[in-house]
Amino acid sequence: MRIKEHPILELAEKPPIPFYFNGKLLYGIEGDTIASALHANGIKKLSESIHLKRPRGFYCAIGNCASCNMVVDGEPNVRTCITPLKEGMRVENQQGKGRIHAK
Amino acid sequence: MQNKEAIVIGGGPAGLTAALELLKAGASVCLIDRNERLGGQLTKQTHMFFGSEKQYASHRGIDILEILTNSLGKYGNKLEILTETTVVGMYRDKVLSCVSGDKFFKLQGEKIIFATGASEKALPFENNDLPGVYAAGAVQTLMNEYGIKPGEKVLMVGSGNIGLIVSYQLMQAGVEVVALVEAADRIGGYLVHASKIKRLGVDILTNTSVKRAIGKDSVEAAEIWELDEQWQGIEGSERTLEVDTICVAVGLAPLTELLQQMGVNVKYVNELGGNVPILDEQYQTSVEGVYACGDLANIEEASSAMVEGRIVGINAARSLGRSVENADFRIKALRHELKDLRGGPPGDKVRKGLKKLGVAT
Ligand SMILES: Cc1cc2nc3c(=O)[nH]c(=O)nc-3n(C[C@H](O)[C@H](O)[C@H](O)COP(=O)(O)OP(=O)(O)OC[C@H]3O[C@@H](n4cnc5c(N)ncnc54)[C@H](O)[C@@H]3O)c2cc1C
Ligand code: FES
Repeated sequence: MRIKEHPILELAEKPPIPFYFNGKLLYGIEGDTIASALHANGIKKLSESIHLKRPRGFYCAIGNCASCNMVVDGEPNVRTCITPLKEGMRVENQQGKGRIHAK
Repeated sequence: MQNKEAIVIGGGPAGLTAALELLKAGASVCLIDRNERLGGQLTKQTHMFFGSEKQYASHRGIDILEILTNSLGKYGNKLEILTETTVVGMYRDKVLSCVSGDKFFKLQGEKIIFATGASEKALPFENNDLPGVYAAGAVQTLMNEYGIKPGEKVLMVGSGNIGLIVSYQLMQAGVEVVALVEAADRIGGYLVHASKIKRLGVDILTNTSVKRAIGKDSVEAAEIWELDEQWQGIEGSERTLEVDTICVAVGLAPLTELLQQMGVNVKYVNELGGNVPILDEQYQTSVEGVYACGDLANIEEASSAMVEGRIVGINAARSLGRSVENADFRIKALRHELKDLRGGPPGDKVRKGLKKLGVAT
């Protein structure tokens, strides 16, 4: 779902960034956030509501609403819409409030 | 804890211009933004700006941003920029707590300038939490910053300038805008923007709103219905549109939570977007040395945010004991510019709101 042609934006080819989503290997590109890379791969559901387990995607995309919280490299409640994608990241759908593990 | 001369929170047009004025007067500035890139809303605005010549009208938002950040580059070590840093707490003694990655730290500033902007409002309807229901700014961010389509077929909700402009930008990205619904009986934004998308074949339906989103894991369709004069849905007028995205453009609300944490007085003014800080002539809040400008002070435009940022920067620099060349003259001229920007019918709402707040316009 990446935009191919645009009258104003310059969309240069960018190097791919491999990462894992629920254990599966996917690719984003340089400049992506975690959420933008997932969306480009057609993945809209990022988390579940705490009580009713309803699917949640992003809403604001600027770090205001926490709708995009996911578990990243074991850490819960990462706002994926403003977190830059890095090579090898392990991104998972978050269930409930998430658990904090001692490091 | 580190002490700073001036801390600017938020690197949008308001924060950037405030920082520039402070630097120009010789002050040291620590500029904080939670994003990776500076620019706030400007980073996604690919359209030409309206407004005054002085505030870069006929430039695209993204180009204005480049002009501003280039000027910041001149100040070297007087300027410290902390990106990917979120201010999460604010105390009365002008101490702020920040989070950056897994680091937590505190800063104290002699002067603190708040330019945190606004957040987009949500709209209550059935299934409004389904993935695929996105705020207009989010859709813009996805397209214009990351080059990604939010979906293939979009229902736009709200005909203010944001709804109109984002509709046009969706079409530029090759996305179909199936319809634009507006609850009021007329189009809210500028007619130039509305005619542009009408010419491209988008139906603008007034007195109409979304009844519900339909779908299991994400939006598969939207049900819209007509509204009566009391804005109540009319049974039997429902229509289903096949869309995979519902884009919500129903206005913004100032991000005043941090200001409220430190005990700044705010007032609810509907015309200005919600709770806004009460400011004095200097744009100072009820806490001495704490200033506010831009969308945070009232939901307006980048052009006025830049003027307010400059006024705040000059005022804060002066109260730090820095000398600002021609300060009185410049403030007067800037205030005049604000008046111009708010003149005419499009400025009615802001003028009314500011009056309620007791600000002379
Ligand atoms: C679709 C659209 C079209 C527009 N068109 C125009 C136009 O043509 N002309 C015009 O003049 N205006 C236009 N505007 C309005 C304009 O973009 C805004 O009024 C302007 O950006 C407000 O500037 P600001 O600096 O107050 O806030 P913002 O640009 O929102 O910047 C606020 C910054 O603060 C940061 N921040 C917030 N909270 C924190 C925190 N706790 N810690 C750290 N950082 C934080 C944010 O990340 C952000 O970078 C448009 C807006 C939209 C959405
Ligand atoms: S989508 Fe709102 S915080 Fe990420």
